[in-house]
Amino acid sequence: MKPKFILGFGMILAAVAYLIFSATQASAERFMTVNEMQAEVPDVVGQSLRITGAVIGESIQYDPNTLTLTFEVAHAPADFKVIEEQGGLAEVLHQAVIDPTRQRVKIVYIGVKPDLLRGEAQAIMTGKLDEAGIFHADELLLKCPTRYEEALPEQASTD
Amino acid sequence: MFAEFGYGVLLVTFLVALYSVIAAAYGAVKKSASMVESARRAMFLTFPLISIGAASLIYLLVNNHFEVSFVYEVTSLSMPTYLKVTAWWGGQAGSLVFWSFLLSGFASAVTLRKWDRDIEFLPWVVVVCGITLAFFLGLVVFFENPFTRFWLVGGNVESHMFAPLNATIFTPEDGQGLNPLLRHPGMIIHPPMLYLGFVSFVIPYAFAIAALVTGRTDDRWIRLTRRWSLWAWLFLSFGLVLGGRWAYDVLGWGGYWGWDPVEIAAFMPWLTGTAFLHSVMIQEKRGLLKHWNMILVILTYSLVIFGTFLTRSGVLSSVHAFAESAIGPLFFVFIGVTFATSIALIIWRWPQLSGETEMKSMLSREALFLLNNLLFMSILVVCFWGVIFPLVSELFTGQKVTVGPAFYESATGPLFAALLFLMGVAPLSAWGHSTIQTLGRSIWKSSLAALIVTLILLAVYTNNIYALLGFFLVSFVLFVTFQEFWRGARARQKTQDEGFFTALARLMGRNRRRYGGYIIHISIAVMAIGILGIELFQTETQGTLAQGEELNISGYTVQYRELASWGDQGKGVNYTRAVVDIFKNGIYLGELNPRIDYYAEAEQNMTIPGNRSTLRDDLYILLVDWQPVSSGGATFKIYVNPLVNWMWIGSLLFIAGIIFAAWPDREPVEESLQKKVTQRTSQTSAAD
Repeated sequence: MKPKFILGFGMILAAVAYLIFSATQASAERFMTVNEMQAEVPDVVGQSLRITGAVIGESIQYDPNTLTLTFEVAHAPADFKVIEEQGGLAEVLHQAVIDPTRQRVKIVYIGVKPDLLRGEAQAIMTGKLDEAGIFHADELLLKCPTRYEEALPEQASTD
Repeated sequence: MFAEFGYGVLLVTFLVALYSVIAAAYGAVKKSASMVESARRAMFLTFPLISIGAASLIYLLVNNHFEVSFVYEVTSLSMPTYLKVTAWWGGQAGSLVFWSFLLSGFASAVTLRKWDRDIEFLPWVVVVCGITLAFFLGLVVFFENPFTRFWLVGGNVESHMFAPLNATIFTPEDGQGLNPLLRHPGMIIHPPMLYLGFVSFVIPYAFAIAALVTGRTDDRWIRLTRRWSLWAWLFLSFGLVLGGRWAYDVLGWGGYWGWDPVEIAAFMPWLTGTAFLHSVMIQEKRGLLKHWNMILVILTYSLVIFGTFLTRSGVLSSVHAFAESAIGPLFFVFIGVTFATSIALIIWRWPQLSGETEMKSMLSREALFLLNNLLFMSILVVCFWGVIFPLVSELFTGQKVTVGPAFYESATGPLFAALLFLMGVAPLSAWGHSTIQTLGRSIWKSSLAALIVTLILLAVYTNNIYALLGFFLVSFVLFVTFQEFWRGARARQKTQDEGFFTALARLMGRNRRRYGGYIIHISIAVMAIGILGIELFQTETQGTLAQGEELNISGYTVQYRELASWGDQGKGVNYTRAVVDIFKNGIYLGELNPRIDYYAEAEQNMTIPGNRSTLRDDLYILLVDWQPVSSGGATFKIYVNPLVNWMWIGSLLFIAGIIFAAWPDREPVEESLQKKVTQRTSQTSAAD
């Protein structure tokens, strides 16, 4: 390899490294559960965050005139191992929703109501927490484990 | 009955695959042709065996055997038969069987070829395919068995393969069924296409490893697998496009690509595969980059396995939610071991793989190809970084930090732009040596033409600087590529005394890979038009309308006429369909019917947009909500996606280009001689 090639490719690599670095800086969001977020209030207020929780079915309200969707999510663990230990995602979400002592947070999202939004779905929201403790989501991802996961039939729960 | 039978057959297939590996390795080391032949036959036997196993599974799926847990998970009584068949790859266990089925088929097809002077590759190709096959079948047999059934044990339902003590079989009345969102034609063909692409890439990898082990490190392995790589690339590309189309038609957010980890997992082997397809040309033409090609094919293989794992594991949160399972660590061990072994083989053969010449000029075609490779690899690094960043940050800071679509867009945007630019320049540069002067002479016309187009767009369409830069690059690539077609055909017209179109057709027919490649370049530029349009100019509006009221957006008027709901008991679906009238500048264009389908069984809505697609833009209307019929109000969300249709047109052209390049030649021997001659001449014509 001639030096000019090494120099040329070195410059390209540096440029790519810079691109990745700056893009990471600009768009990194901390990923937290509801408990983790509440523990760091007020430090995290106004920061760009990504949070996960279990959707409370009865709390879902939608105003079609303003496309304002509001609902609550309850704390649910997000760690893969913990979820496995506690009997899988569907079970973890179910427990989170029926347990009134869990911390909850109110979510406001403006947009089309997603098809997958329903009680006991896992919601992952990107947005900001305001001073009143309401989370304003710009992005909303949902996962409904019962439809995908290896789940035993209903009768299985009669133990 | 069928469950035990299917399981037994898969177990036997697993053992046969293991046997083929051992026999092939033994035969190769001991130079025993009969052992190698035995291994070949064993590999060939796996295909009928696994087909029988798969047929048992399909039998159970189609006949509603809900006592089988996999059948219970992915089908239900209300699903039509074709959906029950395709439910085969609707869940993790089934899709692992599907993967093995494809691999076994491809490996058998390869072992059937005439080996003649490549016979020393055969045992090692069997070893690599056999190990991969045994890994996937092992997962199926020992960890993700699609044939486990429900048993009633002391009042509890448990799932086991074989009957526990004092257990009776338990058959649920109906299955859970495939998620309605996945019942779209795009989503039915999308996984098999991706898998076909994934699995086809195993074959070039197997030949690369065979070349390393046997020390036959010339470009023979590349020539033998060229067509496999192209077909693999075709399927993978088609799978990605179908996934995008599905998102656009079904997910109802007006987009097609969300930088979802699962999408990225399928995109990463595509990136290394694309780099590989380009850089093997340098090895064939110039005898350079031999190490690099090996590394690329190995990376592609590892990413294929990684992609298979990610698309089916749900390790990362995503809209493609699939089952979590215990097989994750096994995948990582398998990827780690095969990757380390492959790299060790490269290091062992390092001296034999050194280049036959040296790269001299920075602007030579080979240097620009290398730059193209670097850019693809950079995009790969961006994607990989984005996917693993949460894990890395957790490891070092204890906090889980994620990056979203904005990260991928801003980091890959400049890289894609650079690739477009290179796509315009590289075909004009000469092999071996090129200077600014020679390159400039062949480039200036296209650059000037592209500049004129850009100025016209500035005057009449947009003053967005990114859009103008993008359109400049797109038109530059288009002009350069058309010029190449023009010049080649003119040259042939003169020497062969043919009409222009005959000359063009023959020229393309004789240089399939070259001109197929140019068609692909054109299609990428066309796709870029659509991507620029939707990314930079998408507009949206929303509102609740009473009957007769209207919304205005980008020159369109959308008027709400009526709404109707009705149920289909047989399918368990309730449809709500709106009728809206579309006008543009006062002219009536027709009606659109955005709908919401409610699947009672799955308790899920499916929002189907009403879409009016033209070359200029798409009017994409979603029905968001509606009030009881008496008041007659309905809420709509409306997007106008400029130019997006060009992306789908480009995708079709792209697929056509790959098929053109990969299509088997009629007279292979003569053709390849011809190819060499014409390539020589086109090289000199590019150099002058």
